[in-house]
Amino acid sequence: MIDAPVLEVEDIGVSFSGRTILDGVSFQIRKGEFTGLIGSNGVGKTTLLRVILGLQRADTGRVRVLGESSGGGRSLGYVPQKVVLDPDIPIRARDLVALGLDAERYGFRRRTKAQRALVDKMLHDVDAERFADARVGSLSGGEQQRVLIAHALISRPKLLLLDEPLANLDPKSVQEIVSLLHRVASDNEVAILLSAHEMNALLPVMDRIVYVTEGRAASGTTDEVVRSEVLSKLYGHHVDVLKLHGRVLVVAEPGAEAPDIPDHPALTIS
Amino acid sequence: MHLLFESGFFSSEPVHTAVVIGAVAAIVSAIVGTFTVVRSQSFAGHALTDVATTGGSGAFLLGLSPLAGFIGGGIVVGGAMELIGVERARVRDVATGIVLGAATGLSALFLYLDTTRSATTGATQQILFGSIFSIDQSIVPLVVILSAATLVIVGAIYRPLFLSSVSPELASARGIRLRFVGLLFMFALAVSVGLSSLATGSILSTALLIGPAATALRLARSLRTAMVLACIFGIVATWLGILFAYDSAYWDPSSQGLPVSFFIVAIIVLLYLASGLSVVRRFAGRRDGGEAILGAVPSASPDATPDATAAI
Repeated sequence: MIDAPVLEVEDIGVSFSGRTILDGVSFQIRKGEFTGLIGSNGVGKTTLLRVILGLQRADTGRVRVLGESSGGGRSLGYVPQKVVLDPDIPIRARDLVALGLDAERYGFRRRTKAQRALVDKMLHDVDAERFADARVGSLSGGEQQRVLIAHALISRPKLLLLDEPLANLDPKSVQEIVSLLHRVASDNEVAILLSAHEMNALLPVMDRIVYVTEGRAASGTTDEVVRSEVLSKLYGHHVDVLKLHGRVLVVAEPGAEAPDIPDHPALTIS
Repeated sequence: MHLLFESGFFSSEPVHTAVVIGAVAAIVSAIVGTFTVVRSQSFAGHALTDVATTGGSGAFLLGLSPLAGFIGGGIVVGGAMELIGVERARVRDVATGIVLGAATGLSALFLYLDTTRSATTGATQQILFGSIFSIDQSIVPLVVILSAATLVIVGAIYRPLFLSSVSPELASARGIRLRFVGLLFMFALAVSVGLSSLATGSILSTALLIGPAATALRLARSLRTAMVLACIFGIVATWLGILFAYDSAYWDPSSQGLPVSFFIVAIIVLLYLASGLSVVRRFAGRRDGGEAILGAVPSASPDATPDATAAI
């Protein structure tokens, strides 16, 4: 059991009213690994994350977290995609982080000194101290991501799932969040599964990639997966993989139908 | 000379009862109201006041205590609304509106029957706009017990309610049952509306529920401070309202005094408007010097715009 994978996803299939969302998706994540879940919008990334969290039932296959097949509970941390925090509501960053400790607990209990110290430490770990007492809703997108990451990490999960945390961030914030996640993951031995529609920002830190298109997935190291043969097979038509100055471009043939190539639209040549 | 307290204010029994009921209703409304505003359920809260009107006027017709009707109506309809659990905002909005209309229609019938069948002429005024000076002293213990029970419920679900009010997504990711929490909160809201219906009348109980809480949320830095502030504002408004209404009978000897609810609501609205000034100031001075300490921490552009769109 010592080397049991943190997460095992086996042959997951999901369909909604006859439409196939995921079809035979399998991969594993080991302790402390940084995995990118890459695919364009609408290919089923969020559905897959929700299946792993136990918020969505799969029609086929199974998910095991730390060898256990039940939901995962507190060994999973999650940063959802659509978190809208209202600036008119007085919730400080530190309040949201503290709720990460015990939000699901009913009953009266004051937080202990040790818990408050832990909140301070988390805020420090994600470089959020300087806005710890500001209203979360009034923070910038990158600042909010830090707070949400601290909220998810404070309960010491073994696996952190993040749904498109880099979407809508400016390039500098993207860099900061990626290196923050990389640092936090290796410091605390937390495995990370991060979904994104753009992989280039993640190339320096990704140990593995799960590349999803139209419900099917290929997984492995970036070098194993992001190759013309593998991706062409996955897409069902020919795509080229170009590497330029440490960046990767996935390019469809002219005329080929390529609606879901997960890169910046400006980089996708058609 | 009686500048502030007219003669008999401190020795009057109805005033004692009014002061206790007013404070209790203000405290419960403040705590529940804070969450109501955070959860954007003001409209649902208002629909419950209309249901309370129906319940109150129905109870009057049956010869029961209006309090039983105020609270009973709210719990039944509020619970049903929450259990049906319409997820889409527009459908929920419409459903609330329909419930509100239906409840008010029934109230019209009940109030008509109340006034035609019984000798009392004050039913309409009492149910809709309250009559805090004519509350039977014997219900004070019941009011206190109901209030305590409501506060215990809110306290027991405090953290799940807090997170699910701030972000349902984050809450459900942690396995919090949103329906369960929402249903318990709806009960608390129904009781709170019923209690404040005693003080300000059912129609105006929204004012006591939303006003102090909304004012406090503008000023406070944390939710807990907001609740404390809302309690203070609520109590100040009800007590001053009681005082002014009592005094008003002396302003014009021919009158019997002006309604308490008018004064309570007027004070609440003035407090809310005054709190707007602090908001203006906060936005003007927002994040002053915040970037100066950064130095070592490379930061994104100090983008202080609300991030509702960026987070999507």
